[in-house]
Amino acid sequence: MLTEDEKHLIEHVWEKVLEHQEDFGAEALERMFCVYPSTKTYFPHFDLHHDSEQIRHHGKKVVGALGDAVRHLDNLSATLSELSNLHAYNLRVDPVNFKLLSHCFQVVLGVHLGREYTPQVHVAYDKFLAAVSAVLAEKYR
Amino acid sequence: MVHWTAEEKQLITSLWGKVNVEECGGEALARLLIVYPWTQRFFSTFGNLSSPTAIMGNPKVRAHGKKVLTSFGDAVKNLDNIKATYAKLSELHCNKLHVDPENFRLLGDILLIVLATRFAKEFTPACQAAWQKLASVVAHALAHQYH
Repeated sequence: MLTEDEKHLIEHVWEKVLEHQEDFGAEALERMFCVYPSTKTYFPHFDLHHDSEQIRHHGKKVVGALGDAVRHLDNLSATLSELSNLHAYNLRVDPVNFKLLSHCFQVVLGVHLGREYTPQVHVAYDKFLAAVSAVLAEKYR
Repeated sequence: MVHWTAEEKQLITSLWGKVNVEECGGEALARLLIVYPWTQRFFSTFGNLSSPTAIMGNPKVRAHGKKVLTSFGDAVKNLDNIKATYAKLSELHCNKLHVDPENFRLLGDILLIVLATRFAKEFTPACQAAWQKLASVVAHALAHQYH
């Protein structure tokens, strides 16, 4: 469970993410496709070239959803309910992939925040992304 | 035997040349103990691990982190023979240290994030992919002698 301090850290750091939503989202996806090629199997219909319009658009969507989660840290289940349905009944992405994207998103935060991605911020985000992943998978069965 | 492209080898060795092993190693181990606190189970003799600040400042953590990352360097120097390079260490981690190999994967991911914070733009997706592969190969080699 996220402590109050962790929630503050997450919200504070998210201010920096807001300035680069589309970039961070696109970069996280690009890293995921590059480092974990099996994740591309969920996007056969996408142009996966560097900086493609589809990747930028999708990256912005993903980060937008994470932003919703950040604004409702005490109520992730309700906030992400629609997305949870989508992933369970339509997309059916194997949950192992949530970990892969979470890791790549953290790498993006590390790259852009550098020293500011302190161990305390790191653990807060690791917990936050794990909580989001769990909510996305909670209706799978 | 693992196949490395010339590009992967170049990405690995050139970044390694710039890594401060003591600092990165110490930081990686500290982050492991902070982000995944259950890993502290292997370090009951390390003294004060009661808070992130205590862990970051703990000299034993720093020293051991340096030792671990120095050993990681052996993989970089022997990319074509990683399994053999870690055979003895694998036996040690299984028979004496009793470390669940999942911990090697956790440390590998943490190391990648530390590299990201230190190398920023230079840590391109291709660079991350090469290093992710290396971390995975090292983890696999360390687990190889388990029985």
